[in-house]
Amino acid sequence: MFTTRKQYEPYISPFDPCPPIRVKTYVTAPNLYVGFQPPNLPQFPLREALMKGTLWQVFYDPYYSPYETKGKGDGS
Amino acid sequence: MWIYEKKLQYPVRVSTCNPRLAKYLIEQYGGADGELAAALRYLNQRYTLPPKVIGLLNDIGTEELAHLEMIATMVYKLTKDATPEQLKEAGLEPHYVDHERALFYHNAAGNPFTATYIQAKGDPITDLYEDIAAEEKARATYQWIINMSDDPDLNDGLRFLREREIIHAQRFREAVEILKEERGQKKIF
Ligand SMILES: [Fe+2]
Repeated sequence: MFTTRKQYEPYISPFDPCPPIRVKTYVTAPNLYVGFQPPNLPQFPLREALMKGTLWQVFYDPYYSPYETKGKGDGS
Repeated sequence: MWIYEKKLQYPVRVSTCNPRLAKYLIEQYGGADGELAAALRYLNQRYTLPPKVIGLLNDIGTEELAHLEMIATMVYKLTKDATPEQLKEAGLEPHYVDHERALFYHNAAGNPFTATYIQAKGDPITDLYEDIAAEEKARATYQWIINMSDDPDLNDGLRFLREREIIHAQRFREAVEILKEERGQKKIF
């Protein structure tokens, strides 16, 4: 399988004016990994799929603001 | 032609009277990577692509119009009852002076929509690569709006739209694979 969030540590100068963000996060969405969609992938139940925005479990990759859900967010 | 269904693709709820969020959202209405640009781009490109992928652009272009309608609903709800004072606080006074509370196709910085945001090159791979990039840009824009917004109901709708961009990018990537015509053949490059 694959992960859809990656991290790196940017250079921090001793003279930065703001408190540094030590770890930066970026998204690598599922569409980068699956290629041409193979047959018979697992699906969500139809009602659930309508709300999630996809029928296919492999492509479901919700994004939450780090400020919206304390600790559970994507952080960046 | 199209058949119109008088409902939104996904329910739009807004829980706080925060016109500032409308200022951000307008980026996805009349901005370079917004829903209007997306719909016009795909629905125009579809004429000159190979027949195998025309239907895809037709479907996605149509869905983008449904997204445009969701964004419009969000902006409208966020501004319809705001006082001029609140709009001023949100930095919307230039908008108010020109449009009162009407929606308009411009980006978050107030630049009017322009066809230079989109391209149709007539070269199928070129056009599909632009479309993939457009979807990724729209996905990123939704992330930044979600980061700026503290309205959980609004963010719920934005999350749905962002998920759709992931699916669109996936389908455009598959369209490239179809045009490469190497699918299903066992070949080692
Ligand atoms: Fe899209």
